[in-house]
Amino acid sequence: MFDQSESFVTEDGRTIGGVMMEMKNITLRFGGVVAIKDISFDVREGEIRAIIGPNGAGKSSMLNVISGFYHPQDGEVWYKGGKRPPMKPFEVARQGIARTFQNIALFEGMTVLDNVMTGRLNHMKAGILSQAFWYGKAQREETENREIVERVIDFLEIQNIRKTPVGRLPYGLKKRVELARALAADPKLLLLDEPMAGMNVEEKEDMSRFILDVNDEFGTTIVLIEHDMSVVMDISDRVVVMDYGKKIGDGTPKDVRSNQAVIDAYLGVAHD
Amino acid sequence: MNKPAPLAFDSIPALLARNAQDLGDKPAYREKEFGIWQSWTWSEVLYQVDSLALGLLTLGAEKGDHIAIAGRNRPYLYWSMLAAQSIGAVPVPIYQDAVGDEIAYVLDHCNARFIVAGDQEQVDKVIDIQDNLEGLEHIIYLDARGLRKYDHSKLTQFQKLQETGRQLEPTLSAELAQRKAKMTYDDTCVMLYTSGTTGRPKGVVLSNRNVIETSKNSSQFDELGPGEEVVAYLPMAWVGDYIFSIGQAVWTGFCVSCPESQETMMTDLREIGPSYYFAPPRIFENQLTNVMIRMEDASRLKKWMFKKAMAHAKLVGPALLSNQTVSLIDRIKYWFGDKFIYGPLKNTLGLSKVRVGYTAGEAIGPELFDFYRSLGINLKQLYGQTEATVYITMQPDGEVDANTVGVPAPGVEVRVDDSGEIYYRSPGVFVEYYNNPESTASTKDEDGWVATGDAGFFEESSGHLRIIDRAKDVGKIADGRLFAPKYVENKLKFYPNILEAVVFGSDREYCSAFINIDLNAVGNWAERNNIAYGGYQELSQHPAVLDMIQNHIEETNQSIADDPMLSGCQVHRFLVLHKELDADDGEMTRTRKVRRRIVEEKFLDLITGLYDGSERVATTTEVTYEDGRKGSISATLEMRNATTVASQRVAAE
Repeated sequence: MFDQSESFVTEDGRTIGGVMMEMKNITLRFGGVVAIKDISFDVREGEIRAIIGPNGAGKSSMLNVISGFYHPQDGEVWYKGGKRPPMKPFEVARQGIARTFQNIALFEGMTVLDNVMTGRLNHMKAGILSQAFWYGKAQREETENREIVERVIDFLEIQNIRKTPVGRLPYGLKKRVELARALAADPKLLLLDEPMAGMNVEEKEDMSRFILDVNDEFGTTIVLIEHDMSVVMDISDRVVVMDYGKKIGDGTPKDVRSNQAVIDAYLGVAHD
Repeated sequence: MNKPAPLAFDSIPALLARNAQDLGDKPAYREKEFGIWQSWTWSEVLYQVDSLALGLLTLGAEKGDHIAIAGRNRPYLYWSMLAAQSIGAVPVPIYQDAVGDEIAYVLDHCNARFIVAGDQEQVDKVIDIQDNLEGLEHIIYLDARGLRKYDHSKLTQFQKLQETGRQLEPTLSAELAQRKAKMTYDDTCVMLYTSGTTGRPKGVVLSNRNVIETSKNSSQFDELGPGEEVVAYLPMAWVGDYIFSIGQAVWTGFCVSCPESQETMMTDLREIGPSYYFAPPRIFENQLTNVMIRMEDASRLKKWMFKKAMAHAKLVGPALLSNQTVSLIDRIKYWFGDKFIYGPLKNTLGLSKVRVGYTAGEAIGPELFDFYRSLGINLKQLYGQTEATVYITMQPDGEVDANTVGVPAPGVEVRVDDSGEIYYRSPGVFVEYYNNPESTASTKDEDGWVATGDAGFFEESSGHLRIIDRAKDVGKIADGRLFAPKYVENKLKFYPNILEAVVFGSDREYCSAFINIDLNAVGNWAERNNIAYGGYQELSQHPAVLDMIQNHIEETNQSIADDPMLSGCQVHRFLVLHKELDADDGEMTRTRKVRRRIVEEKFLDLITGLYDGSERVATTTEVTYEDGRKGSISATLEMRNATTVASQRVAAE
């Protein structure tokens, strides 16, 4: 299915479009350390793409390249059919890309509501004075954006912690608030860095459900880094496997699961 | 052109129309969605209800059809009931946490053609069982989340149905008007299935007369007016919620607010600040437990202030509420207490503006009752049942007592027969049990008197009714002394550590008890006393916990020993159950009343152990999870003896 370049409909009724983003021969170096060696892969519109691999493979670095935080020494990033020049992260965000962080990067002293509202910053146009003194344009914008944020809160079922300072929340809920903030930005492409880390089975099921709902209801393309293989195999459409900065597998979960190189490097085999 | 006949207010829809006219701009229903309170005035409500009624007509709903409603409290679902009534159909609200079997039974029993489901969870439950329900034609759902991809041949979204109804209004409005005009006072208003502590649920049929007469009488009793604020959070399948959120609301015109979700309930309660409030004793117990737990963690100064203030409140508060004479000094001290302690405490509980508060459903422990009244919350008791359209007895302001349930409610006659069973007769007495003439005949006699199944007596001094227990649970222990399990259970449940207690003893040598610990309270205590535990089961069997429970039981035995009638009810042996009694496991009803017979059958091995002197019994118990799957848990329970007190006063020979 994924070989055709036209858009198609999957068996569960989702539409996967054409290529949305393409990484072409990306190489990223930090001094003598080569974090990413000549990696190419694409992400299609509407799909859920997983990036997996052992720790240190360069997955988070890849995500940082996509979000514009790192600029690769070699290679090109193509977004929506055009080559993307080196951009600052906020410019990348304006293009409709949002991300979550592995170790949570929320404002611990602010309430959940305020944190999610910060996700709307790129959509607010009022100037600094207007926002500081909350009059005119800032006031109107805040009310409009509040409604959007409330819908996100409703979607992720975090109404009862709306006014709780984030610092007081348990880890699992903080992750959900991270996701809420990313969703509030209304992204076309959502980058999730280990969204299931540190969660028990029930929490993982909840988070998987939310991720699938986001993809299903809003058509958001999702790229996620994840270690839990059952989650990856269950929810992703295609998988990229990295090891020591190189790409060692790329395809549907089925293909990747039976790829010998991937098994040797990462998955392993079941023992009798 | 003939003028239409003036509306007689002989049906709920007729009252709705009256409110839309007279109170058109006043808020009627509110709901918190997306963080803000959305409200609808009476005229807007009428519009919404009529839209849905028209929509139901497009689906072919006939007079007398049964339309089930399942979901959490939302204005739209109350309007579904009003819409069903407007077209002459009968709404049948069901418990939102009912499992597949329970729902299947009800839908099949009344042959429901339609069901209004709140969200995907309810829809899924119905879809699971729909193959066995030939009568079910269509499901109407409210919250579309998750339902986009479902097959919509028998599924329609609420607002879409309303739109369809409005589109076809020109052809259907005459039919709607006719159906409304044909309603009579004795037509069925609603059907509610009683949760039944024994046997299968029965469908209680209530007429417009039943609902309107009781709503009218009870509203007058407490002088309820259109300015009251009420929070709707109790199950819609329960008759009390029907009366508070529809019957009385439509009669007086007050406003009903629905909270955002179960978890935000406390915040929402505080934001609304209800003036007329009902809660089952369990909720008051939980709130008290939470307050006590938090006071344990407070600083020494605050603890001291709290203790002193509450001691004064207990002396003075109830007296102030009952308009008894209180000295000036005491009044001033109470005023200070109110500023610093009682006021903020009531505010946190959301009860600052409660002018009239009721509790019912089970006897409430006297200490619990006094706590709230000492804070200045006018909490009163009422006694009723579904078959009475709620009210049998109520306590008037100024005549409130923890141990009684009040005087007969306005319009209600009450008598106690020779065996001690309570009977009543009133305009609220139900019409019949649906499709169950034998049960109807055995409950209601030709003169309209209904047997409650409760044992009690009228107190000489006050003229108030006192309930002892369920008539069939009141018995005698082997030596002939009276056995009334609820009496002991309520005393035990006052302790924050004890969530539930079941006492056995009928025809036995002595009384024994099962105890459920309260995980919150005991968990907290365990933390503070450096006791580690890996879950409810482990905590419940910890020797220190058993010691603590033993203390509670022995204290209770002391206080029981002094009652001349009930001294035989002291608990001689007890155990702490390894799991909480649960409605999903059939051990309790959905309104959280213990099903004694089922508990006796299920835990027979444990009861045998309590009476044959065993020190320990190993047992395996089947449990049902929320989604209906079954599992089992095993434990070894320790049985303990508790010291009892020989009665000081011996009954005169």
